[in-house]
Amino acid sequence: MKKYFKSFLLVLFAIVCCIGAKAQDVAANTNTDVMRSNGKIFVVMAVVATIVTGLFVYVYSIDKKISKLENK
Amino acid sequence: MNMIRKAWWKWVAFLLLFYTSIYGFIVKVPKLDDRLEHSIRNMFFHVPMWFAMMILLFVSVWYAAKFLRTTSPIDDFYSKAFAATGTLYGFLGLSTGAIWANYQWGSPWSGDPKQNGAAIAMLIYLAYFVLRGSMTDEDKRSRIAAVYNIFAFFMLFPTLWILPRLTESLHPGGQGSEGNPGINGKDMDANMRSVFYPAVIGWTLLGVWVSTLKIRYEILKAK
Repeated sequence: MKKYFKSFLLVLFAIVCCIGAKAQDVAANTNTDVMRSNGKIFVVMAVVATIVTGLFVYVYSIDKKISKLENK
Repeated sequence: MNMIRKAWWKWVAFLLLFYTSIYGFIVKVPKLDDRLEHSIRNMFFHVPMWFAMMILLFVSVWYAAKFLRTTSPIDDFYSKAFAATGTLYGFLGLSTGAIWANYQWGSPWSGDPKQNGAAIAMLIYLAYFVLRGSMTDEDKRSRIAAVYNIFAFFMLFPTLWILPRLTESLHPGGQGSEGNPGINGKDMDANMRSVFYPAVIGWTLLGVWVSTLKIRYEILKAK
């Protein structure tokens, strides 16, 4: 389980990097970028979504650990 | 007991909160006054903290009363864990409220009756943990903590629900002695409700999940 969890984190990290790279590509063309529209509110949305996802991944991993201990 | 190891409601919690954190920023919100602007979206994050706190603390007092009938240590674990998560939510509610108040009312702490009441309620719950920590005899600790938990829960009635209604409050709906200093139901349109209620359920389920983890840990430790 631990192995899967680490690969999941890696994939998540890769996705975040991709978004970052893409954002820099279109930096010159600010009007068409969703992330830069509406007073950059979508940046906050991305941050909150990342925090919520990260929080749940963390709680899930604790849940797994406790389940493992319980099954011993 | 088996319910706390089921996975489906944990997924429901994640999906509801993920939905809230995405749609909460996109949904069209009504213009209520000149200062609020988009900060009304805090309704999806700040207010559910209090809703979830009340639900968690109710579960806590439920198990405290159950403990006094059964004297089973499991019920004490439940009561303690739900009180801890509920108190955490209360502090998150206080601090997110202070951030919002800074931009809406001009300062983080205005001595608003609802703010003061919530702070007093939180201090009463902190005393619950001080009380627990001050006793070494497990049986005595659980029993006294359960009795104090019932007292603490019933102190929520005056501090959160009665006293703030008796005076003028900065919280919406708090004109004179009328209304509901907390939220004004009329401020939310159907769009906002479609985010607000999933948010309340999502945050509550997350709180329940964290509490059950603490309970399972305590049970394992006791073995």
